[in-house]
Amino acid sequence: MPKLVVKNIRKVFGTFEAVKDVSFQVEEKETLCLLGPSGCGKTTTLRIIAGLEVPTSGEVFVDGVLVNDVPPQKRQIGLVFQDYAIFPHLSVFENIAYGLRVRKMPEAQIERKVHETAALVDVEGILDVPGKKLGLSEMQRVAVGRSITLDPKLLLLDEPLSNIDAKARERMRAELGKLQKEIGIATVYVTHDQLEAMTLADRIAVMRNGLIEQIGTTSEIYDSARTLFVANFIGSPSMNQIDCEFVYDEEQAILKSGGFSLDITEFAETIRDRSKGKELVLGIRPENVSLDIEKTDPKAIEAEVQLVEPVGAKSIYHLKISGLTVLAKDYPMPEANVGVKVWATFNKDKLHLFDKKTEEAIL
Amino acid sequence: MVGLRLVDISKKAGKRQILKNTSVEILDRELFVIAGPPGAGKTTLLKIIAGLIVPDEGKVYIGDQMVNAVPPSDRDVGMVFEVPPIYPNRTGFENVAFPLEIKKMNADSIKERVEEVAGLLQITHLLDRKPTTYSGGELQRVALARVLVRKPRILLLDEPLKNLDAKIRETTRVELKRLQREFGITMVFSTHDQLEATAVGDRIAVINEGIIEQTGAPEELYNSPKTVFAARFIGSPTMNLAECVLKQMGDRWVLDASDFNIDVTMRAQAIESEAMTSELLLGVRPEDITLLNSPENSGCFEGRVELMQNFGDERVVTIRVGKVSLNSLAVKERVFKYGQKVYVKFKEEKAHVFHRKTGIAVA
Repeated sequence: MPKLVVKNIRKVFGTFEAVKDVSFQVEEKETLCLLGPSGCGKTTTLRIIAGLEVPTSGEVFVDGVLVNDVPPQKRQIGLVFQDYAIFPHLSVFENIAYGLRVRKMPEAQIERKVHETAALVDVEGILDVPGKKLGLSEMQRVAVGRSITLDPKLLLLDEPLSNIDAKARERMRAELGKLQKEIGIATVYVTHDQLEAMTLADRIAVMRNGLIEQIGTTSEIYDSARTLFVANFIGSPSMNQIDCEFVYDEEQAILKSGGFSLDITEFAETIRDRSKGKELVLGIRPENVSLDIEKTDPKAIEAEVQLVEPVGAKSIYHLKISGLTVLAKDYPMPEANVGVKVWATFNKDKLHLFDKKTEEAIL
Repeated sequence: MVGLRLVDISKKAGKRQILKNTSVEILDRELFVIAGPPGAGKTTLLKIIAGLIVPDEGKVYIGDQMVNAVPPSDRDVGMVFEVPPIYPNRTGFENVAFPLEIKKMNADSIKERVEEVAGLLQITHLLDRKPTTYSGGELQRVALARVLVRKPRILLLDEPLKNLDAKIRETTRVELKRLQREFGITMVFSTHDQLEATAVGDRIAVINEGIIEQTGAPEELYNSPKTVFAARFIGSPTMNLAECVLKQMGDRWVLDASDFNIDVTMRAQAIESEAMTSELLLGVRPEDITLLNSPENSGCFEGRVELMQNFGDERVVTIRVGKVSLNSLAVKERVFKYGQKVYVKFKEEKAHVFHRKTGIAVA
């Protein structure tokens, strides 16, 4: 049985429809991430699940039970807030014990439960330390610990890493990932950061304007985006998107955009069957455009380097190809400086094609 | 020609030493990045250049002129703050024109100058609107226009991308780099994000607790970090580090991290004579670790898959080898299971070695 079922949720604030019609479910031990830009309805959806917001219509089931009329504290849901909301003057012990004390649990039982939880989130050594003295990763572990003392059926995390600097975020992401695996509770995670979603989630629901645009495993979302919006939102740097025309005769099929053309005869049939118009958008991720100083591949396209962004093991090359800007991500080539002519090869197995009007994927 | 020079700058705030004998040389028309974690002293450094903070000790030169006694308004330095002070009740035009009005420039010249800058920053359509209608990225560009309109020789940007969404950050950083080239100005840019730093910077100074750890081009910092701090700060996922000792094993020399070791026979002498100790730290970037499904004759070590993070174009796989967790990169097509047994193999020639006590790189 799924741990969470969200069924046709809708939420209207005055004249603004924040959530239009959202349905999904989360299985045992699974982490589902609600991902989207600000204003897409992801936080409202999370608050409805938590019971902090009443949906205009629709149903929420936790562990098979309809909870629409159940108050937040009785939904058996653990919450981890943005910035963790650790009580600064209380010790780690008291922070973790908080929910148990509110429920007036006997002292001996609190003692046992806090120690059990502390062992799980690895804060046994700092139970006496006050909240204000904690480092970031300790705060994260205490916040997660506090949210699981009442054995929730479901864990909700609201952008827990959003206000943390980049380097610490990388570390906290990995720690949160390990923690999730150990705790093994079904989790819904809200973020606007696609990398956070990719690295922490089993499945991602990409939201836009109050609707789920696509839901799937991280690989599905990354490799088989069903719409232009999803393709653009996932991945950094963003997928290259080139408006082009589909030109087809008996011999070959090409995608044309000004002086740029790409032979795609092998996909001609599929495209003809699936596209409604001739106007298409070609999509290719930067890591699927490879570079060479010499023309070794006969199909390579001439390009000029406009800008180089060294970002670690690989570099991002901004290329000018027949008047278009195309990004490539490849191993650094010391010769490929700004203004230098290079040869770009598009990996055709990784091409995406979208219908320009409907913005839906056809390849 | 030297654009900007800081010599032995020290600054205290109360008892806290924010900058300690900091020296920086920034070239004319260079895009120079000051990168470091929150609290490292980045903003203080920028404010000292702008003249908004007076250093306790040290000298500031712009060109050949010592400017310690020159007031901010006469330094020909523009500064854009993290939260730009834009007047909400004035239009975009009025906001951008403001610094010129203070200078009592005539209306026609003001109009001409504002429109020129607005064109370059692509904010012409925002000039008639009030800032309350702007998105975060638009607000940032208007703030930038207001500084650029004065045509300063040096432009200081304090964490200009910090409050933008991840997706907008990616495009804005490219815009800033283009702009700096087009305007031909010296730009000093601070950030806590190492990827942003290497992507935009001609050179980067990595700063930690008021001390500059290393200054260099992005590739230099990535390939040859001079301190453990710089090694950890630059690059994501972070460089793996493990305590080790230099040890002779038969006719070979290895860096022994007890759970694994790396052959450094070729450089053993250099390491020993430079470090003067066998207490060392071993550093290996994730891309320099190969994962094998079955063991080879020598130089590979058994571990188990502890965590997998999908980065889209590749996968970060964390392997537990004894007491150490090592991050490695794998192509996304390769499938791993949690707890699966794998063998790690290091690219020995790419191993970094640091003095354990001082954190300084050796041979």
